[in-house]
Amino acid sequence: MSVLIYAETEGGKVKKAAFEVASYGKAVADQMGCEVAAVTFNASDADVLGNYGVSKVMNFSHEGNFDAKIYASVLQQAAEKSGATTLVVSSSADSRYLTPLVAVGLNAGYATNVVSAPSSLAPFTVKRSVFTNKAFTHAEISSENKIIGVSNNSFGSIENKVSCTVEDFTASVASSSVSVDSVDKATDKVTIADAEVVVSGGRGLKGPENWHMIEDLAEVLGAATACSKPVSDMGWRPHSEHVGQTGKPVASNLYIAIGVSGAIQHLAGINSSKVKVVINSDPEAPFFKAADYGIVGDAFEVVPQLIEKLKAFKAQA
Amino acid sequence: MKILVCISHVPDTTSKINFVENDTAFDTNGVQYIINPNDEFGLTRAMWFKEKEGAEVDVINVGGPETESTLRKALAIGADKAIRVNTEAIEASQVAQEIVGVIKAGAYDLVIAGRESIDYNGGMVPGMIAAMIDASYVNNCVSLEISGDKATAVREIDGGKETLTASLPLVIGGQKGLVEESDLKIPNMRGIMMARKKPLDIVEPLGAEAKANMVSYEKPAPKGEVKLVDAANIDELINLLHNEANVL
Repeated sequence: MSVLIYAETEGGKVKKAAFEVASYGKAVADQMGCEVAAVTFNASDADVLGNYGVSKVMNFSHEGNFDAKIYASVLQQAAEKSGATTLVVSSSADSRYLTPLVAVGLNAGYATNVVSAPSSLAPFTVKRSVFTNKAFTHAEISSENKIIGVSNNSFGSIENKVSCTVEDFTASVASSSVSVDSVDKATDKVTIADAEVVVSGGRGLKGPENWHMIEDLAEVLGAATACSKPVSDMGWRPHSEHVGQTGKPVASNLYIAIGVSGAIQHLAGINSSKVKVVINSDPEAPFFKAADYGIVGDAFEVVPQLIEKLKAFKAQA
Repeated sequence: MKILVCISHVPDTTSKINFVENDTAFDTNGVQYIINPNDEFGLTRAMWFKEKEGAEVDVINVGGPETESTLRKALAIGADKAIRVNTEAIEASQVAQEIVGVIKAGAYDLVIAGRESIDYNGGMVPGMIAAMIDASYVNNCVSLEISGDKATAVREIDGGKETLTASLPLVIGGQKGLVEESDLKIPNMRGIMMARKKPLDIVEPLGAEAKANMVSYEKPAPKGEVKLVDAANIDELINLLHNEANVL
């Protein structure tokens, strides 16, 4: 028996988000009294997972693009081979794409958006966010095989060094009826999903020509840029930057909202961020009720100052 | 082409979320229900396939009689037929199995579901359907064109987009981008009148077993007051973020 995790890679390196998945897997394994095994694809540094409690890595060499069906089939075979009854995955777009396929293959109950370690193993009970972060539920998984999708940045990465062996894993690969024609991905930009800091702009910025302020602030902070729904609906920014109930969820350590009023749908989407800062000229903006820190002021005056002061702060640090 | 659009019946995005019965049930009191927004983008895309290519569009919901108003709205928007599988929706794999029962009887070329519902946010029904019927599957689908038995789809990935070719039958998890917000249709009087005459079939469930169950709910702890910093004192904000919040 073991707990299996799917540790994602990017450019052959284990992603930072995988350390959180490993840490979660280790917490479950400690409760169950067993070890953690991991599946990676094309990882060159898989042994780094040992720092987060993974004892064994099964690394699969895959040529070509990510393919949900192929990845799901490899994960399923790894679970069957290692006798794992619990699989832990992240909440990345790719993990959310492939895991429902694994759940069907393993006849497993699958809980997404899980925010804490199981409160009980029998019945197997986890806490997950629902209603787009407006509430939580305690869900019991009754099937023998179980899959946990850990909500980004909810459990945290916990160092827990164990000895770790890495072996090549071979599996028969499912044929796929979906093929990738092209991938359009900015490799130099931090994504909203992976970002520790997100800087977001709303209608208060008055037009797309003023977005350099958001981008400059994001650059100083190493942050991802995001926007509110009206901004994406008006075409000022791409859909991929829209955060909120019908857009992307944000679970960063720091979320800075500039000229965003804070509609209930927007607040739901960013509620899992740890610290929220709002800059808005309207002191009645609903965002002030959801934020930790706020400045009532004109973004066009406050943000350039904030950028300069942060540059000075970063230069000192 | 025959299309099935899966419709979740969900609380309006502005709903206050409360629980009753000792926090074991959602409080439906005063809640307005809508077509799940991710499903509505997919339904509207399906309407375009109907208008331009003569596709036949059915909509389906797994739920009790209370969801029929939402299915009627989908009919008023233009779907040809609605199907309600008459059982409580408990969790994704049970819902997916019930929908698959209908798909097997209906020979659909394309199944459109939202990438997730805005109530329980599971995000797994489309993928599970695809796995159960061994169809092609594209999640987070923001663009879809079909020619013959091939589909070209765009998937939103973390940090970008991916263009895919898939053979039919295809299942997608759709979202905004399939159509724009401004493309969504508010049903007109004629649509509403016609919807009353369109078929709404009630199908008895297969009795698929749920693998998970939500036993209780809780709301997030109330948060403290915002700390306001004077616009002339940016240094104070940086100090608080660095020393108090530890995020810089």
